Amino acid sequence: MMTALLGRLGWDALPLRQPIPLAAAAVVALVIVGALSLVTVKGWWPYLWREWITSVDHKRVGVMYVLLALVMLLRGFVDALMMRSQLALAAAGAQGYLPPEHYNQIFSAHGTIMIFFVAMTFMVGLMNFVVPLQIGARDVAFPVLNSVSFWLTAAGVLLMNLSLVVGEFARTGWLVYPPLSELAYSPGVGVDYYLWALQISGVGTLLSGINLTTTILKLRAPGMGYGRMPMFCWTALASNLLIIAAFPILTGTLGMLLLDRYLGFHFFTNELGGNAMMYVNLIWAWGHPEVYILILPAFGVFSEVITTFSGKPLFGYRSMAAATMAICMLSFMVWLHHFFTMGAGADVNGFFGVMTMIIAVPTGVKIFNWLFTMYGGTLRFTAAMHWALGFIVTFVIGGMTGVLLAIPPADFVLHNSLFLVAHFHNVVIGGVVFGAFAGYTLWFPKAFGFTLDERLGKAAFWCWFVGFYLAFMPLYLLGLMGATRRMQHYADPGWQPLMVVALCGALVILAGIVLTVVQLVVSVRTRDERRDTNGDPWNGRTLEWSTASPPPAWNFSTLPQVAALDAFWRTKYGAPPDTDESADGSGSDPLPAPDTASPLSVPRPSAVGVVIAFFAVIAGFALVWHIAWLALLGLGGVVVTGLAHAWRTENEIEVHELYLNTPGISA
Amino acid sequence: MSTTVTADGIPARAPKTPRSERGPAPTRIVVSYGFWLFLLSDIILFAAFFAAYAVLAKHTAGGPTGPQLFDREHVLIETACLLSSSFTCGMLGLAFERRHALFTYLFGATTFVLGAAFVALEVSELGHLIATDAGPQRSAFLSAFFALVGLHGLHVAVGLAWLLAMGAQVATIGLVPLVVQRLRCFALFWHALDIVWIGVFTIVYLGAR
Amino acid sequence: MDATSATSNVQPDEAPGESGDLRADIAKYVGGFVIAGLLTLASFWAAGTTMVWQPGVPILLAALAIGQMGVHLVFFLHVSSGPESTNNILALAFGVFVVALVVFGSIVIMANLDTNMMPIGHPMQTQR
Repeated sequence: MMTALLGRLGWDALPLRQPIPLAAAAVVALVIVGALSLVTVKGWWPYLWREWITSVDHKRVGVMYVLLALVMLLRGFVDALMMRSQLALAAAGAQGYLPPEHYNQIFSAHGTIMIFFVAMTFMVGLMNFVVPLQIGARDVAFPVLNSVSFWLTAAGVLLMNLSLVVGEFARTGWLVYPPLSELAYSPGVGVDYYLWALQISGVGTLLSGINLTTTILKLRAPGMGYGRMPMFCWTALASNLLIIAAFPILTGTLGMLLLDRYLGFHFFTNELGGNAMMYVNLIWAWGHPEVYILILPAFGVFSEVITTFSGKPLFGYRSMAAATMAICMLSFMVWLHHFFTMGAGADVNGFFGVMTMIIAVPTGVKIFNWLFTMYGGTLRFTAAMHWALGFIVTFVIGGMTGVLLAIPPADFVLHNSLFLVAHFHNVVIGGVVFGAFAGYTLWFPKAFGFTLDERLGKAAFWCWFVGFYLAFMPLYLLGLMGATRRMQHYADPGWQPLMVVALCGALVILAGIVLTVVQLVVSVRTRDERRDTNGDPWNGRTLEWSTASPPPAWNFSTLPQVAALDAFWRTKYGAPPDTDESADGSGSDPLPAPDTASPLSVPRPSAVGVVIAFFAVIAGFALVWHIAWLALLGLGGVVVTGLAHAWRTENEIEVHELYLNTPGISA
Repeated sequence: MSTTVTADGIPARAPKTPRSERGPAPTRIVVSYGFWLFLLSDIILFAAFFAAYAVLAKHTAGGPTGPQLFDREHVLIETACLLSSSFTCGMLGLAFERRHALFTYLFGATTFVLGAAFVALEVSELGHLIATDAGPQRSAFLSAFFALVGLHGLHVAVGLAWLLAMGAQVATIGLVPLVVQRLRCFALFWHALDIVWIGVFTIVYLGAR
Repeated sequence: MDATSATSNVQPDEAPGESGDLRADIAKYVGGFVIAGLLTLASFWAAGTTMVWQPGVPILLAALAIGQMGVHLVFFLHVSSGPESTNNILALAFGVFVVALVVFGSIVIMANLDTNMMPIGHPMQTQR
């Protein structure tokens, strides 16, 4: 009876006998309970429910995504500190303080959290907040779906963090390769937590990809042809197209592994004809586009930052757009470079090696365009610009080590070594993380009405920059010396000094993270000193700066009529004297006067997102522990909630016209 | 130049303005395009399972093979049901675009019956296989077969449930733009499933030699 | 959900492609149904017949399948070459590109792996 009621759940699921997981679980539980208690005691629930939890406003959803990413950055970084300290200790016979079965969960969790719940979440959050404002739209194409996407991502995060408290996490690495991840070799719940967390949040990501692609292609303001779209929107378009094309492969492949584990299928098992190599092939067919999904929005951020703080239009706009779409296509043609050593042979390896080198070319085009944008401009070395300059140096180094790894014979030596680990952290930190912080700094005033403290921002940057090099340059050397990834201890004492240097680097990055938190607290406390009164704190070029900070729910009272690229700059300063307006190529009729008489409406808030996510967590948890009745309840809850929403016929609220006369709201 | 405008300055007639500069598209186009993108993602999901099937089709682990198991007459009848349901779905589309409630119900019902026949035939086939020790646990080939065919059948079943829900919406809310928009999405979905089925029966059933 | 304005949902919907001439619309669906049906029957015939050169049968089946899919796209999904379909066709092309890469790429890669990585002969290894 207990099995029917509780499935495989039992008291042994709690980490009562393992001190470190117990401490970690206690901290997580305390933080969650503490936060919920604070909100309850202060009476913030009605406000939070009305203005944030049920909000379908892309600006609110975007802020929530970024907040989720920052919180998960802390969780993922703790994993990093644990790994670095373990490796600094565990040399030449010493065992460190983390036993292997725990260490394996830590590196698996670190990768999963950082890729799926920090990097993806941060980029999606920035795109959500910025894209509708930049294209002159009132919201994304499907606002309620947007809320659902966010809450499903949060559901995945919650499910994964539950594994820390009840049960365990996967011990397989962040991509859970079979046969290790099959039931025979991972009989526990760890892999199942991973799989269900990612399947749930994967649905959210896919829906978000559809939402933003449709928004960019179908909701641009009048006059904004493709040649007048901000570069951030081009990269957002490419990234979201990749999401639509790649995430189904992830869903399918993880689904096949779930079928193996739950229903005894034989896709990837060792016996009865399964082929584990097929998993590696399919998962990287998703995995490579995934890294481009992460980096393209960061490239877009840098285009915005560099043009804004150089006071010049982007050099080579068309080649940038072309390079972006080329990267989009090429990213699907290189995936085998993640498994050169699996044995496909020289011909196949050679083809993919060459394709990998080719894909470096459009990226190089972008770097040169950024450099030429800065050349001759009036540079302002704001905190955001620091991140951009740090990116150019760091990402180029990381990219070069990538091209080195693209050579199959070199990769045979370096595959799965610390060299590889250094390379991908080089590009992800130098590219995605720096881009995230640059975007955060750039658009923070738009979201909240005041800028962040510049000095603390620059200090945080320098800690991240110096800390990154200290932490990862030793790893390149260690990789060349033969150190592999995912090792809990090592025999050669000669490696230890480099491991210690790497730990110091991690601690410097920790200082950077602390400074970021301090920056936020201090900036809020002293916000009156840095109020953004006119919506344009940076003398920006694109349409988001033409709105108030923060913008009203409907963004634009009347949709902007766009006549050129850098539409807001054109509005502020007029056309350059040597520009022939018709050279834009439109040859169109003058756009008619906008209609200001019709009532304005905004999408009605909806609880459907948070309620569906609630039931999704229940279903996911129940599936992990094989509690059939609870899983059906969860699934049923999702279906019923969707149906209830389908019968909602009043989907918009009219904004009273009096509101339009409020000062500070742009026309 | 006199041009009429709808709300928010969308030109009603601006012949020289490129389509990309005409401003935000009407809801109908936005929703249909978003659903089109979803269908593309669904097709790529199927592609992953097609790839797995293509790779594992010969991995029969000493068990039954495709030619031994597949009954082409059965599949032809299934195909006839699904293709016919695509046709009746087209008629359904003509009915709801003209807001004709009776024909909407009529063609919706025929589409449902034909789709349900397809699912029933497929369930009987898969059930028979499981009962004769040719279930998905028997070999990698059978795993891939059951997953691919089952995924498609699951999509059809979900489509039938959606059709029922749409019937309820037409009955309770009526053929308002919101409901008609969803019916358009259903029609896109149903036709796309038939396209996937073409791939399934060609590669799986007819391709088994 | 309409992100542009409230009025699109209140106005009667724009004329869709089909609401011109009912007979023409019905004829289009009937035509598509008949052609697709014939192609389907041809596929089933081709798979079982000995009248076609056997190594060419897979290519014939593929061509017939692509034909059937094309009929569905044109007659049922109304994909056209007009400017209102451009974004749809571009998205479709991208999707086909990815499908082709994933399916054919996987087949090629896995075949190469099988040749190189299976120590015993291929058929025997899977018959455990």
